[in-house]
Amino acid sequence: MKTVARYAAAVGPPITFLVLTLILWDAAVVLTGVERYLMPRPADVWQAAREHALTLLRAAVLTGSAALCGLCASILLGTIVAFAFSQSRWLRRSMYPYAIFLQTVPIVGIAPLVISWFGTGFASIVVIAAVISLFPVVTNVTTGLLAVDRTLAELFAVYNATRRQTLLKLRLPAAVPYLVAGAKTSCGLSVIGAIVGEMFAGYGAAMPGLGALIAQTHGRLETAYLFAAILASTLLGVLFFSVASLAAGTILARWHVETR
Amino acid sequence: MQPGTAACADRAEGTDAPLLVEASGIQVQFGPLWAMRDLNLQIRRGEFVSLVGPSGCGKSTVLRLLAGLLPRTAGEIRVAGAEPSVARRHQVRVSFVFQDATLLPWRSVAANVSLPLELAGVSREERACRALEALTRVGLADFARYYPQQLSGGMRMRAALARALCNSPELLLLDEPFAALDDLTRRQLNEELLALWLRDRWTGVFVTHNIAEAVFLSTRVLVLTPRPARVAAEFHIGLPLPRSDELRGEPEFARLVGAVSRALRACVQPPYGSDQRPT
Repeated sequence: MKTVARYAAAVGPPITFLVLTLILWDAAVVLTGVERYLMPRPADVWQAAREHALTLLRAAVLTGSAALCGLCASILLGTIVAFAFSQSRWLRRSMYPYAIFLQTVPIVGIAPLVISWFGTGFASIVVIAAVISLFPVVTNVTTGLLAVDRTLAELFAVYNATRRQTLLKLRLPAAVPYLVAGAKTSCGLSVIGAIVGEMFAGYGAAMPGLGALIAQTHGRLETAYLFAAILASTLLGVLFFSVASLAAGTILARWHVETR
Repeated sequence: MQPGTAACADRAEGTDAPLLVEASGIQVQFGPLWAMRDLNLQIRRGEFVSLVGPSGCGKSTVLRLLAGLLPRTAGEIRVAGAEPSVARRHQVRVSFVFQDATLLPWRSVAANVSLPLELAGVSREERACRALEALTRVGLADFARYYPQQLSGGMRMRAALARALCNSPELLLLDEPFAALDDLTRRQLNEELLALWLRDRWTGVFVTHNIAEAVFLSTRVLVLTPRPARVAAEFHIGLPLPRSDELRGEPEFARLVGAVSRALRACVQPPYGSDQRPT
C-alpha cells in the first residue's frame, strides 16, 4: 500500500498538469476558433498519431539508428581526439581552442553542406549526428585525462611507473566517468542532429525519418500529423536519454565512483 | 642543532647502523618563497624518525625530496648513496603513505594493495599472495574484495598501509597518514604501525603535527622550524619497545611530550629572525 501511495504521489501531479494542459489547449482552440491547420485539437493529434502509427514507428526506428550510429562514431572519434590532445601539449595548445570554437557552429548551417558532400541518405544523417555530438565527448574526455589527482600521480611516480603504465592504469580509468558524462550529453544531441539532418536530406517519400516527416507534413499543412511527428521525436529523445542514464549509472556503479 | 633534553637515548638503534639518508644544506625555493634554506638530516637504517613542526613549514616537502618527487634548489641528498630518484629505481625499495588513502576507486582493495608490485612487473600469482599477506598484517584480510568506497576512513588508511608494506619497503615515508582520523582510531593505528615496524624494521620517516603520536612511534623526533625549515631540536626517544597504548599514561612519556612541545613553541615564537622572511 505504501509503495502505491508513493507512486501516486510521484505520478499524480505531472499527470494532473498534463490533463489540465490538454483541456486548456482544447478549450482555447474551440473558443478562439483558430484554423485547424494552425493549431489542431489534442484529439486531432491523437487521431493523426493512430492513423500514421506505423509510419511514425518506422521513421523513429530509422532516425534512432542514424542517431545511434552517429553517437557511437562520435564517442569513438571523440575519445581518440581527446587522447591525442592529452598526449601532446603542442596539439592541445594549437587545436583545443578550435574544438571549443567549433562547438558553437550551428548544426543547421553545416547540415546542407554535409549533404552536398556525402549525398542525401543515411550516411549524411549519421555524419551530421556525429558532428553535433562529437565535442562534448572531446572536451569531457580531454579534461578527464588531464585532471588526474596530484597525489595519485605522485603515488605512481614513487613506485616508478612508466609513462605507459600511468596512462593505462591511472589516466584512462580515471577518465571513464568523464567519458560517461560526455556521452550522456552527446546522446540527446545526436537525436537532434539526426532530425535536423533528415529535414534537409530525408530519404525520399517512400522511407522518411522523423525529420523528413516533420518537413513533409509542415509543407502539406497537415499540422495534426506534424504535431504527432514532433511528439514521436520527443519520445525518441526521452528514450535515448533514459537508456543513456541507465547505462551511465551502471557503468559508474561498476567503476565504484559516486554518481555526479 | 641543539641536543635534545631527552635522557636515555636508545643507543641500540641508530648509532651503529649504516646511514640510509644523508641530506646537507638543502635549499628549496618555490618562486620567491624559501621552503627551506639549510636543512640537514641524517637517518640510519632501522630508525623511526618523526618530523614535527608548525603547519606549512615544509615537513611534507622533506618527504617528497627523499622520494625524489620534487627538485631542490641546492644541497646534497643521498639515499643509500644515490640521488633519491635514482635510489628508488635501483637501490632502495621506497614506499609512501599519503595524507589521504589515495586508493583507486575502480580497483578492489586487493588490487589497490598490489599496485606497487604490479607496476614492478611481479607475476599475478605472487601479487595476489603478497597482497593478502599485507592485508592480513593490517587486519583487512576479509575485505580484499571490497572497494575503497565501502570502507571506513580508518580501514582505507589500513589498506593504504598494506599497499605501502606490500613491496617490503626499506624506506617508508609517511606524510601525516592519520591526520584525518578520529583520536581512538589514530591511537590504535599508531600501535599497529609500531608493531609492523618492530616486525620488519624498515626505516621510517613520519611527518605529523601531533607530538604525542611522534613520541609514541619514534626512536628519534626532529623539530622543524617554520619556513624556511631547518632542524631546531632533536630528541632521542628511549622509551622501551615494544610500546602499547598504556605508555601514554607514563610520566616519562608525558615528560618527553612536554619537552618536544616546548622546543616546538620556542622555535615558533616571535620575533622571527630576518632570515625567515621570504626574500
